[in-house]
Amino acid sequence: MLIQTRRSLFLTAAALSIALSASTSRADKVLLNVSYDPTREFYKEFNEALAADWKARTGEAISINQSHGGSGKQARAVIDGLDADVVTLALAGDIDQIAAKTDKLPKDWATKLPNNSAPYTSTIVFIVRKGNPKAIHEWSDLVKEGVQVITPNPKTSGGARWNYLAAWAYATKALNGDEAKIKTWIGDLYRNVPVLDTGARGSTTTFAQRGIGDVLISWENEAFLIQQEFGADNFEIIAPSLSILAEPPVAVVEGNAKAKSNLEAAQAYLQFLYSPTGQRLAARHFFRPVDPSAADPADIARFPKLDLVSIDKDFGGWAKAQKTHFADGAFFDQIYKPTN
Amino acid sequence: MAMSDRLLPLSHAPKRATSETLLTRILLIGIAGLFLGTILFLPLLTVFVEATRKGWTPILESFQDPDTRSAIRLTLLVAAIAVPVNAVIGLAASWAIAKFEFRGKNLLLTLIDLPFSISPVISGVVYVLLFGAHGWLGPWLSSHGIEIIFAVPGIVLATILVTFPFVARELIPLMQSQGTSEEEAALTLGASGWYTFFRVMLPNVKWALLYGVLLCNARAMGEFGAVSVVSGHIRGLTNTMPLQIEILYNEYNFVGAFAVAALLAALALLTLVAKSALEWMFAGELAACRRH
Repeated sequence: MLIQTRRSLFLTAAALSIALSASTSRADKVLLNVSYDPTREFYKEFNEALAADWKARTGEAISINQSHGGSGKQARAVIDGLDADVVTLALAGDIDQIAAKTDKLPKDWATKLPNNSAPYTSTIVFIVRKGNPKAIHEWSDLVKEGVQVITPNPKTSGGARWNYLAAWAYATKALNGDEAKIKTWIGDLYRNVPVLDTGARGSTTTFAQRGIGDVLISWENEAFLIQQEFGADNFEIIAPSLSILAEPPVAVVEGNAKAKSNLEAAQAYLQFLYSPTGQRLAARHFFRPVDPSAADPADIARFPKLDLVSIDKDFGGWAKAQKTHFADGAFFDQIYKPTN
Repeated sequence: MAMSDRLLPLSHAPKRATSETLLTRILLIGIAGLFLGTILFLPLLTVFVEATRKGWTPILESFQDPDTRSAIRLTLLVAAIAVPVNAVIGLAASWAIAKFEFRGKNLLLTLIDLPFSISPVISGVVYVLLFGAHGWLGPWLSSHGIEIIFAVPGIVLATILVTFPFVARELIPLMQSQGTSEEEAALTLGASGWYTFFRVMLPNVKWALLYGVLLCNARAMGEFGAVSVVSGHIRGLTNTMPLQIEILYNEYNFVGAFAVAALLAALALLTLVAKSALEWMFAGELAACRRH
């Protein structure tokens, strides 16, 4: 037994040394990009392009580590000490939280890069099953009797908040801004939701994999991805007449990047998102580039044309929308009473 | 014999009090079998069927993925650290509890059981509260450049906490039933403390220790909740196998997800097979051990 104990000690030491040697990467620079769920495929390709560009310009090898999860959860992890050099999240509100709770990035982070620090935009569309059996073409079709709508919980999911606000924007227009009527309409919509998942990917799985529901309200890029993954002949994308302009923002977490002497590389990383290469890759992965000129016209042609309301102009910014609609006891809590 | 002879004239056959009717037996065994089948066997089978759905090539390909490889490496590393640590500490704790009387013994017993009764998520969150940037020790750690949370040390700590009771829980009842007479005899015959430990106490509990270690290992490799909270989910760095399974599943890579799941399940099954094999090989010695 003594010998065995010694052996296990030796094994532990050996394992530790392997771990230590594995964690010292061969790259000259290592960045950590903390992002949200639907960007996995995009950043995988983008990081390779950036590494090649960085190598050509500086001669340095750079490698980028990725962490993905629900946008709010990821912001929480950065606040708790996850060592992100850059954050690329779903909502400006989540980056605001990091700025408010830590001194790692300035309060005016959104002014550091063009277009409110959003290098690409997206919107909210519908996905229906092949042949559109319930004939869903517009937001008004979602409140009809017998239509099952899949959308995540706005209390926990960033994407779900965009869904809710897009529906609200439509109702505001259709009901001439009568708040009582809008609330009733939104209530009818959420009564048609059989499963309120906690995140966007959860809802996608519920709809596409488990086959629950008639229509999924989803990020546009996620909708294209579903077609790609589960077959374009199984699902159709439906663009309603009106939706919302979603601007997923990016920011350098200066406190962390400075401490790791990565500030310059982190800034270059985000600027590269605005470069022709970055914009082209964004379009390829179904995000709407802010500068479509560099993108493949065939990629741009895939995006349906629809009227887009803006969170800043129509809802008075994220802070206000959050307080009015999603805070405890706010509109969503008043409207949505779980039935089961 | 004479008794039953006299009872024979009864109109129906005597019912044995120790057995049920055939129908009841079939029913009970059937229900148990059905339950085990649907709850245990079928899901396990699904994992392997789903993994091999598209043949073996995609499975082998998914194990070529550097992120998956790193997840397997990290899982093995975490188990390699957590299990020996828990074996040593568990042995020490159960020795103290079973062989000595001291104040606060019941409190210590309760504390050992605590990781069993609280949700693993809480085990993870307490480490974030303790070592996180805004936790009690976080500012001091970060000013000294020590990374615990969202790095390998945090994952190891969370795993150690969650799997701590396995070894101790296996050892304490056995040590208590064995009593202290053998150690006392050894000591009166002039054996040193360490000699008594290695030659008297350890051989008496080695099988229980091995069980504890095997179970602890199975759980250490499979832990999800606590590790998920402290991992930070950095690909290729802080994802263990269970976390990698979730990621692959969410990326619509179902074959990859089930391939890793099958490997994890196989590792767990291997642990159980090893346990059964040891039981079978050393049945005699084991029985002798239990007679103490």
